[in-house]
Amino acid sequence: MSQAIAPVRHVLIEGNKSYHQITEDLVSPTEKAPSREWIVAFGLAASFLALYVFAIVWTVWKGIGEWGANRTINWAWDITNFVWWIGIGHAGTLISAILLIFRQRWRTGVNRAAEAMTIFAVICAGQFPIFHMGRVWLAFFIMPFPNSRGPLWANFNSPLLWDVFAISTYFSVSLLFWYTGLVPDLATVRDRAKGFRRKIYDTFSFGWTGSAKHWQRWEALSLVLAGISTPLVLSVHTIVSFDFATSVIPGWHTTIFPPYFVAGAVFSGFAMVQTLMVITRKVLNLQEYITINHIESMNKVIVLTGTIVGVAYLTELFMAWYSGYIYEQFAFYNRVFGVYWWAYFGMMFCNVVSPQVFWSRKIRRSIWWTFFLSIVINIGMWFERFVIIATTLARDFLPSSWSYYRPTWVEISIFTGTLGLFFFCYLIFTRVAPVVAIAEVKAILKIAGDQYIGEKANKNGNGKH
Amino acid sequence: MAAQSNKVLYGLYNDEEDLKSAVKVANAAHLDIMDVFTPFPVHGLDPLLGLKESRLHYLGFIYGAIGATFGFLTMSWIFTRDWPIMVGGKPYWSVPAFIPITFEMTVLFAAWGMTITFYTICGMWPGVKANTLDDRITDDKFCMAFDVTSASDADMDGIKGFFQKTNAAEVNIKTI
Repeated sequence: MSQAIAPVRHVLIEGNKSYHQITEDLVSPTEKAPSREWIVAFGLAASFLALYVFAIVWTVWKGIGEWGANRTINWAWDITNFVWWIGIGHAGTLISAILLIFRQRWRTGVNRAAEAMTIFAVICAGQFPIFHMGRVWLAFFIMPFPNSRGPLWANFNSPLLWDVFAISTYFSVSLLFWYTGLVPDLATVRDRAKGFRRKIYDTFSFGWTGSAKHWQRWEALSLVLAGISTPLVLSVHTIVSFDFATSVIPGWHTTIFPPYFVAGAVFSGFAMVQTLMVITRKVLNLQEYITINHIESMNKVIVLTGTIVGVAYLTELFMAWYSGYIYEQFAFYNRVFGVYWWAYFGMMFCNVVSPQVFWSRKIRRSIWWTFFLSIVINIGMWFERFVIIATTLARDFLPSSWSYYRPTWVEISIFTGTLGLFFFCYLIFTRVAPVVAIAEVKAILKIAGDQYIGEKANKNGNGKH
Repeated sequence: MAAQSNKVLYGLYNDEEDLKSAVKVANAAHLDIMDVFTPFPVHGLDPLLGLKESRLHYLGFIYGAIGATFGFLTMSWIFTRDWPIMVGGKPYWSVPAFIPITFEMTVLFAAWGMTITFYTICGMWPGVKANTLDDRITDDKFCMAFDVTSASDADMDGIKGFFQKTNAAEVNIKTI
């Protein structure tokens, strides 16, 4: 097939791999006994998960009065954490859907793990609004179905209900997309396995054979799912921002929120992907599949989205001043210099200033810088949501109800507990499924393998151009 | 289908380019290829095999349209007929407020509809036994298979000769 070949193209698969070697490298982590690092990490994640369960049982038993949220600041850590997790859940679908449409081949190295991360992050996000309902056993009331309570329906005009639809759709569609991509690779694991293990993978690979017609349909399905996931991923955080933007609270009621939230979500999502990938590639020995080129590409996305977020912060301040509306001006004065000034400056430093170092190619290609900054950005993006939510509510219309918010041990436990839940799921995933999409990597071997392109290929005389 | 068993003569190639040239030779010799199995989607193979473009995306559009219609009409019926709620003096039939959910329902129906259709037409579900010819097909071998259930010895020899001519790494017979 003739196609235009760019003169400069990054090597995405190093180490002169053959197809068999790719299978060997990517399937073997699921076949070996877990390493000591894995066991330690898993034990730690499981302990935090246990803490989560304890704090949730405590909350349900005693009521959400156990949280630090009060009548003035009625959304606090819970919604902050919810938005934070949802934002983290944005990179996976962005990498797999939007980059598929743009034909960015570097996505193949990281898409599988990023999508898994998306799914686990959305699970974590979902915990917060559900338990914030208080009487969690009535949570099914949000589902509109014919019922014996009237029938009483949910309010379709409410952005909170739009959120229910957006997030459940996002979760289920991401799951389908991820799993359908995983099926051929599970078949690869199956065909290497024996005995009971083979039976398990036989069930989960749905009888995949690799027939040409199946591959053709599989590609058609992936492309359309990518096509519809692209507006979906943009819609999810847009709708999350509607929770705030459609309210009448100064500081929330702004039209800039949807694009600002989406950029922030992509920003934080990529930061979390970097945090995980830098560790995963080292622990599972995947440096030849998740290369420095992959890390650099993601750092470029981070510096772009970080800058968009920075522009959004400044635009907000400018618009507040320019509006000439004293309540709006006060809301933003309070956001910067109010009781939570430290959160605002933390956010500004972590999200706007720190990613700018990625303009330097050397830093973009440094593992340590990448890891360190990805953590800084994760923290910064958490601050952003806290600033928007708690700072704004702390100084509302009536000075008599002004208040201050401190999290209790229950909220801290729930939040750190969801980190446990997230890593618990992720660590299991790295044991049971290939963390890099095997079939997709094989498909790009001849256009991105180092024996075909780049310096080494030219030296050996294999270079095609 | 399960009761029926087919005798399959298949050859394994080491590279997708070998497979593609073999398909061209097979087409020229008017051999009736049963199927081709590969570890990853090989581009340029579909036209050689005479596979028509998948129509799955048309179905995706139809499912999406059903989802959009269902979502929008359900909300409209509930808020104008079944249980109208006055929200802040706004109209009962507040179309702009229905857009987000209508959109989500479009995506939800399209994605689930297409995925379920995909697995159904491919005959793939949990518990389906994979009729794989060789375990290495999902690893690094590219397989071309011929149905030889009712083939004569001369036909068999012809196909074996074809495999030899096209540099197949291995030729085997299996009943599936």
